[in-house]
Amino acid sequence: MQALQQYIDLYRAQREVIDHHSAEVLNVLRSEALRWVETCGLPTTRHEDFHHTDIEALYAPDYGLNITRIELPSQPHEAFRCDVPNLSTQLYFLVGDNFYRNERNRELPEGVLIGSLRDMAIDYPELVSRYYGKIADMSKDGTVALNTLMTQDGFFLYVPRHVVLDRPIQLVNIIGGNVPMMHNRRILVVAEEGANVKLLVCDHSEENGIDQLVTQVTEIWAGEGAVVDYYNLEENATSVKRVTSTFVHQEAASNVLVNGITLRNGVTRDNYYIALDGEGCETQLCGMAIADGEKSVDVYSHIDHRKAHCNSNELFKFVLDENAVGSFAGRILVREGSQKTEAYQSNKNLCASPTAHMYTKPQLEIYADDVKCSHGATVGQLDQQALFYMRTRGIAESEARLLLQFAFMSDVIENVRLDALKDRLRQLVEKRFRGELSQCQHCTIRTHK
Amino acid sequence: MLRIEDLHANINGKEILKGINLTVRPGEVHAIMGPNGSGKSTLSAVLTGNPAYEVTKGEVEFYGKDLLSLSPEDRSHEGLFLSFQYPVEIPGVSMVNFMRAAINELRKYRGEEPMSATDFLKLMREKRAIVELDNKLASRSVNEGFSGGEKKRNEIFQMAMLEPRLSILDETDSGLDIDALRIVAEGVNKLKSDNNATIVITHYQRLLDYIAPDYVHVLYKGRIVKSGGPELALELEEKGYDWIKKELGEI
Repeated sequence: MQALQQYIDLYRAQREVIDHHSAEVLNVLRSEALRWVETCGLPTTRHEDFHHTDIEALYAPDYGLNITRIELPSQPHEAFRCDVPNLSTQLYFLVGDNFYRNERNRELPEGVLIGSLRDMAIDYPELVSRYYGKIADMSKDGTVALNTLMTQDGFFLYVPRHVVLDRPIQLVNIIGGNVPMMHNRRILVVAEEGANVKLLVCDHSEENGIDQLVTQVTEIWAGEGAVVDYYNLEENATSVKRVTSTFVHQEAASNVLVNGITLRNGVTRDNYYIALDGEGCETQLCGMAIADGEKSVDVYSHIDHRKAHCNSNELFKFVLDENAVGSFAGRILVREGSQKTEAYQSNKNLCASPTAHMYTKPQLEIYADDVKCSHGATVGQLDQQALFYMRTRGIAESEARLLLQFAFMSDVIENVRLDALKDRLRQLVEKRFRGELSQCQHCTIRTHK
Repeated sequence: MLRIEDLHANINGKEILKGINLTVRPGEVHAIMGPNGSGKSTLSAVLTGNPAYEVTKGEVEFYGKDLLSLSPEDRSHEGLFLSFQYPVEIPGVSMVNFMRAAINELRKYRGEEPMSATDFLKLMREKRAIVELDNKLASRSVNEGFSGGEKKRNEIFQMAMLEPRLSILDETDSGLDIDALRIVAEGVNKLKSDNNATIVITHYQRLLDYIAPDYVHVLYKGRIVKSGGPELALELEEKGYDWIKKELGEI
């Protein structure tokens, strides 16, 4: 409770300032959020689903919060030139948890809204309030409620009925600074009936040894027949702690792909809650983590089959080296009446060193009797036969290991539905395994000092 | 080129090779025959440096170098090649990337620049033809979903790419039908020259109908118990291994 109390105290003392620098639509949820924060508290390692990440410890330090929304001097679009080849995106930035406008973006199709969650909530309060806080469930754990309590801005993406956005949208989160800060950001994606959108969210931060805590709550609404791709790529410094929760609501016949990739990080806890709430939904939830040193990546997922004739396919892979710790807990719930559900889950992991640890917990909970469901989890080492085979062809052991680890991740990359991003990911993953700095070649992230 | 002297080797503490002596010179083809469990595959594994085996005694000289002190990759760079009895499937690693890595590591060892993409693809095409390996297989993952025959052809394709000085063919005939056997054997014969040598490990005479050996050795219980010319293989085919056992006074 100690860790949490400082935020409650801060909120009570600064409530007006927080509200003043945010928007009414966000502010109205704060009282309820406070109740949930006080009821749930932060999860501890005694909680069944939090054995492997000490959330309280992540929240305990005395972080600064930028509640007066001081605009930190920064030109992110000058500094950040993402060179994903052929991936021409509409580019937006969050620096810390402040939205930065990018004036260079091309004109958007009519009715499409992209920008600061706060600004949009002020300009379109009815629209934003229809979805904001409606998809995320604050009772899940205290971190979601706390994010709702403290968040003041974030990213809003709205695609109206039957509008197809050809160009992927890219949101780059830049974390930095010379004092320990907490960043509470919020992402809201609404794809109305028949809409089609791809969003790539990248986390970047500079390696400067200063502790940063990032909390991110993402809400995704996929209307009937909508197609949504959501990629979240984490390339954070080892001093960054990140707690994210992604909530997806799917209407009938919608198709959602969620792919969470952690290439570099400090401590990461990612939660995915996906509700298939109409018939004929398709869900592809996948992700990968590559971790070494003392890094930790903890993934929790909950796929809720509420209606009949839906398919979900889940695939997570971890490659752990040195003293890294990985954890995967995946629950698939097939509710009564959700007949003809097909739900598959697979979690495969490589431990490349004797001191790396992987915990995996697949769970299926089925209350319908005409379904196809399966789960599989493996933890293993590199195939020694394959390694030897490659070495007899003259491939050095280190290179052979790299090729095998890279190959291990290939099916997660294959699930990416953006060819340019797929190519880019191959390069990033290979660079990561080679121990090279896995960031865009021309990307010189400089955040203000 | 190769001189094996009193080679002893263990796996999991069990002695499999109990004093092998063998000399191979450029241009020669040696056949090593013997019943199951006699140590044939162990010999190929030890020569190529499989870490599962422990050499307890003896030495192996390859072109004047102490072979046993080299890593498996450097043995390859020095010109040693093993065609596996059971080629390993490597899901996710394409044949193209696999071969490119192998070729470029070899070039690096020789102090040469990496091969250009065009030259590399040209080389692939050229060598593929030797064993009639389909282009589709070359773009797939290494050995994944290959039939038994395709796997063996793929081994000889790799041999063609790497141009080794000494090739060990470990039961390359096993699991092959007559057509595949002919293709594989013809591939091996095309690659033969006065500067390279081949060790053919096999149970049966039938492969030796295609790849004519200069010398035939019988390996039994970890030792070469009999050596001779090509006629020895025919004699074995006729009389069976019991004949050897009888000669050794075991039966």
